[in-house]
Amino acid sequence: MTGQALSSNASPRQRRRTLALRARLIDIASFVVFVAALGWLVLRGAQGMGYNWQWFRVPRYLWRVIDGQVIWGPLTKGLLVTLQISAIAMVLSLVIGLTVALLRLSPSFVGRGIARVYLEVIRNTPLLVQVLIFYFIIAQILGISRFWAGVLCLAVYEGAFAAEIIRGGIVAVRRGQWEAARALGLRPFDVYRDVVLPQAVPLMLPPLAGVLVNLVKHSAIVSVIAVFDLTTEGRTIVADTFMAFEIWLTVAGLYLLITLTLSLLVLGLERRFGRSRHA
Amino acid sequence: MSRDGQPMIALSGVNKWFGTFHVLKDIDLEIHAGQRVVVCGPSGSGKSTLIRCINRLEEHDEGQIVVDGITLDEDMRNVAAIRREVGMVFQQFNLFPHLSVLDNCVLAQRRARGTPKAEARERAMHYLERVRIPEQAAKYPAQLSGGQQQRVAIARSLCMEPKVMLFDEPTSALDPEMIKEVLDVMIDLAQSGMTMICVTHEMGFARKVADKMVFMDHGRIVETAPPDRFFAAPASERTQLFLSQILSH
Ligand SMILES: Nc1ncnc2c1ncn2[C@@H]1O[C@H](COP(=O)(O)OP(=O)(O)OP(=O)(O)O)[C@@H](O)[C@H]1O
Ligand SMILES: [Mg+2]
Repeated sequence: MTGQALSSNASPRQRRRTLALRARLIDIASFVVFVAALGWLVLRGAQGMGYNWQWFRVPRYLWRVIDGQVIWGPLTKGLLVTLQISAIAMVLSLVIGLTVALLRLSPSFVGRGIARVYLEVIRNTPLLVQVLIFYFIIAQILGISRFWAGVLCLAVYEGAFAAEIIRGGIVAVRRGQWEAARALGLRPFDVYRDVVLPQAVPLMLPPLAGVLVNLVKHSAIVSVIAVFDLTTEGRTIVADTFMAFEIWLTVAGLYLLITLTLSLLVLGLERRFGRSRHA
Repeated sequence: MSRDGQPMIALSGVNKWFGTFHVLKDIDLEIHAGQRVVVCGPSGSGKSTLIRCINRLEEHDEGQIVVDGITLDEDMRNVAAIRREVGMVFQQFNLFPHLSVLDNCVLAQRRARGTPKAEARERAMHYLERVRIPEQAAKYPAQLSGGQQQRVAIARSLCMEPKVMLFDEPTSALDPEMIKEVLDVMIDLAQSGMTMICVTHEMGFARKVADKMVFMDHGRIVETAPPDRFFAAPASERTQLFLSQILSH
């Protein structure tokens, strides 16, 4: 089919489309080959170790049906905890990110100083150490649960990265836009809300999506303070059953499910913003 | 001139530095209600900086600027009060790209003046008609030509019903065939009695509407004169040189 379309009497536009299609097919084919090879390697490796696959035992850790009632298994419960932690931390990290970005851009010397110190400390110390500090020091002082210690720690950590992205988006809005808004008598709050942010948000969305995906992945670290998230549940099950391959692969699959869904959501948002801008 | 004799805009002893660069030097300038002032001078002479000080897009370091009786100082309420009286049109139009033409004209009325929506839209349409593009109200800035965008920018400023309009080279970013449509709107505005300060090198426009020509060089006002004298018999050598350069092409 492609051979025909590429013949000399095809229009340039058709040609281009066929070439693009062919490139995509090659892409997909190489991806399938890559995944197959990886799967084969894992299987061979497991065989070599004399690994005893027991996939049939996995579903019960997701759900069981007893007397016609669905009972959620530990992996599903862990997944829900991970979702909860991630969702709350996401909202908080965006709030922190916006606040810190505005502080960094503010004329106040003190505001800029605080923002700078926060950013440098958070970005230049290991997340694991921060989790331990949050749990053993800050949570004890504030008297909050390990769940909230985990949530706050993640929000504060990812907030630092969100802040830089948000700041980048804001400063990318042309100076003339600020000046026109000010010259029209808009108050600083209105300048941001009505003029700057609507132009900055579409620029920030792709990199912010990356931060949110990272947040979901990094949420696994709360397992070190014994929050019963997906990773903690996985670890407990592996300790009980020794089904390391099956459980960890399932856990990875569940994380992938969250992050891919998230990416799709952000893609949808980008489309919507993109359309309204140039409608 | 206004009857009570008090100037609409008065700058006295204004100095400004960008770092160590002395951009405005001892500026004294009075503009009365209804006057049209055209500011010209070589690139980098401080024309933009001068008019941007009037609505506080730049801060002056020394001297006093009084607009309609309000003194510009650190007090943000005074700055806000002055910005309500002073409209500005930029070389690069600076329309808000994410808003329709109509919403560009409505936004500041709603936010800075608290005008009800229906009234704001009505006024927006009124001024869009005045700049002769009411039919573009639903479009977005990117869909308009440069001349159309600049006329929307003028309408957007007029919607705030300012007492003074500042223009910073409003036609320099335009293709030649679009300059006239913008100048026509400005002439129209001048004839309606608006107080205007225009930085422009459109000398035809200046001859036609200006009450006062201001020539700047190296941060100083070198010469101030009515247009007939300014063009026919400029007092300063630098003005003569500048005019010969600009009128020769
Ligand atoms: N924000 C700034 N920081 C430092 N220097 C500046 C700044 N804005 C302007 N300048 C300098 O001040 C001088 C005067 O600038 P200004 O824009 O007022 O000149 P102008 O007369 O409007 O020139 P043009 O005809 O090119 O627009 C220029 O040399 C310019 O480089
Ligand atoms: Mg200029």
